[in-house]
Amino acid sequence: MSFEYAPALESRAITTIKPKYGHFIGGKFVAGSKHFPTINPATEEVLSQIALAGKTEVDAAVKAARKAYTSTWSKTSGKERGKYLFRIARILQERAREFAVLETLDNGKPIRESRDTDIPLAAAHFFYHAGWADKLEYAGLGSSPKPLGVAGQIIPWNFPLLMLAWKVAPALATGNTVVLKPAESTSLTALLFAEVCQQAELPAGVVNIVTGDGTTGALIVNHPGIDKIAFTGSTEVGKIIARSVAPTKKSVTLELGGKGANIVFEDAAIDETVEGIIDGIFFNQGHVCCAGSRLLLQENIADEVLHKLKKRMEKIRVGDPMDKNTDVGAINSKEQLAKIVELAKVGDAEGGQRWSPACELPKKGYWFAPTIFTGVTSAHRIAREEIFGPVLSVLTFRTPQEAIEKANNTPFGLSAGVWGEKGSRTLWAAQQLRAGVIWTNSFNKFDPTSPFGGYKESGWGREGGRHGLAAYLKGVTGE
Amino acid sequence: MSDRIDVKKTYKLFINGAFPRSESGRTYEVKTSKGAFLANACLSSRKDLREAVVAARAAHNGWSKATAYNRGQILYRIAEMLQARTGEFIQEIMMTTGVTKVKAEKEVLQAIDTLVWYAGWSDKISSLTGSNNPVAGPFYNFTIPESMGVVACIAPENPSLLGLIESIAPVITSGNTVIVLASTKAPLSAMSFAEVLATSDLPAGVINILTGKKDEIAPWMASHMDIDAMDISGLPGKLTSEVKVAGAENLKRVHSFKGTTPTRITAFTESKTIWHTIGV
Repeated sequence: MSFEYAPALESRAITTIKPKYGHFIGGKFVAGSKHFPTINPATEEVLSQIALAGKTEVDAAVKAARKAYTSTWSKTSGKERGKYLFRIARILQERAREFAVLETLDNGKPIRESRDTDIPLAAAHFFYHAGWADKLEYAGLGSSPKPLGVAGQIIPWNFPLLMLAWKVAPALATGNTVVLKPAESTSLTALLFAEVCQQAELPAGVVNIVTGDGTTGALIVNHPGIDKIAFTGSTEVGKIIARSVAPTKKSVTLELGGKGANIVFEDAAIDETVEGIIDGIFFNQGHVCCAGSRLLLQENIADEVLHKLKKRMEKIRVGDPMDKNTDVGAINSKEQLAKIVELAKVGDAEGGQRWSPACELPKKGYWFAPTIFTGVTSAHRIAREEIFGPVLSVLTFRTPQEAIEKANNTPFGLSAGVWGEKGSRTLWAAQQLRAGVIWTNSFNKFDPTSPFGGYKESGWGREGGRHGLAAYLKGVTGE
Repeated sequence: MSDRIDVKKTYKLFINGAFPRSESGRTYEVKTSKGAFLANACLSSRKDLREAVVAARAAHNGWSKATAYNRGQILYRIAEMLQARTGEFIQEIMMTTGVTKVKAEKEVLQAIDTLVWYAGWSDKISSLTGSNNPVAGPFYNFTIPESMGVVACIAPENPSLLGLIESIAPVITSGNTVIVLASTKAPLSAMSFAEVLATSDLPAGVINILTGKKDEIAPWMASHMDIDAMDISGLPGKLTSEVKVAGAENLKRVHSFKGTTPTRITAFTESKTIWHTIGV
């Protein structure tokens, strides 16, 4: 039986992409000096030219943020700050489809996900934090909470606008001003967000956006005029940042890599679990720091789960991200695709058994078929290293204790999933797991009220919820 | 004065509930404030630290899973044991630092009260720093603080007993286990405090005490991959950057504090958020 779907393409007419962008500094768009292309990873079409910020632009952005902090934002009451954030939330909702289309074009993620997850959650983050701005003294983070000053924020390419929201909303709610750098391959929605700041009449300099690559990021991290660094990205870069700021007084929060275990006990509801496994690893092409990239199956149900998982994977539609039927879109960049290909080869070489459903991949663009490796052990590199792609490593266990030992056998500690119908056992497992976010009988759920962040080498601090405010306030975690 | 010769105490280390000498065989002289010889303290080696970390790691699962009530009672028991030996500690502090009896007594009593204060925190911190998060979906979503694991503390030089207790009590309150480097110049009260711990129902390995040099041991702590966090309140400022850089290798949480504050507990907890599905 075959399922042939007619394409259901989302129109890109709703969005206008300029041929060239500058930076957003002090409330104005300023021309860049050097530029680099940003492409649609599904087609390799050059979408626009993005400016590469050097020292001059970063200096100007920090100066604008400092001026806005000193002269305006630190004197704006929480109530008024909150109203700006409410405005931003509303404008994001009004322009949601435009953002979704732009995000999908620039990032390669399916329109279904940018439309139903990324953009609504970004708006929800602003709405949530808007309400905190005038209630900080009740947050249990000290009786007189004070902002840190100017926050330098560096975000990744996997959820471009959503990660911007995770960074900008709490920083502004707590009274900080911001210099934000989007990832080099996904700057467009951040630049559109700059327009939202203008429409919301946010005072000039409160949010500054500079685009660029790792060199721009390093200029922000090492800038003496910045009080706080918030970074989401790889553990490798997180460690470089931690070392760079060691001699300074900067506060730092880091949201880094993961190798999330997804544990399936023998009493799990198999069909629901299979859906959860799919969500856990193939959501957003597996470009998710908290992905459930290690599947731990209880031995006596492993065959049944794998059989059903493979059948389900055959139904995954990989292809044009602008098609509303698409489940898995394009890999974000050529470099990321090369990394996934390389680690998958390591998986083969180390003796894992690779399986992918038959699926035709588009000729142009960057693609990787949903893949599972069975016969993986905890020592294999594909069970230890973050692949950041649609590749699942499958391991087995016999006892609940063994599941926990295997799940915790990693330097990471960001997320984990537990599947089983016995409530006491799933909660026991949740208690034993050394990870910051645990889903029982679900995976990859996010909400602005729910703190997110990792143990061990998955990072420092939390984002979201009451806990996330601490990242932008003075003295909450010692000196 | 009788002609009787005093039986002097040998000061050793406290690792995994036992009192070993440094495996290195190294010692250093502890002197009174006026320079007179008091005792030979152990000059801990890197291997002593490693053994302490092994003990602390092994003790973590049990200690962190003990009930908060139980941990609170043990902290209170430590206070009881210290109270009973107040006189001895006053003498030791006077001897080592040259302070007046009034000042030494104040330090010991404050140390006891600090233990009692943290004892009471053990079963309250979760209620205050956890949360129930109203997510937009059919989930019971809650956040709870958990211990980080193994924490290394550098106790301040002075006050040697109070500083040590201010540093380690909050860390173990939430279920962490600890390796603490005592005051270098005045390590005797720390090692006598180990005797208090040994009679307080504290499981072996929860608190491990080393004596020695900060500039030797702090960098070893910082680069140890099985230490999760550090309290460097007692570290000289010139070493801070070096320790933070080395600690970045496994992203250690490195903090310093002044005085007694619940922040000393929360800084060494991790928040765990659990999404529990709701459905029929």
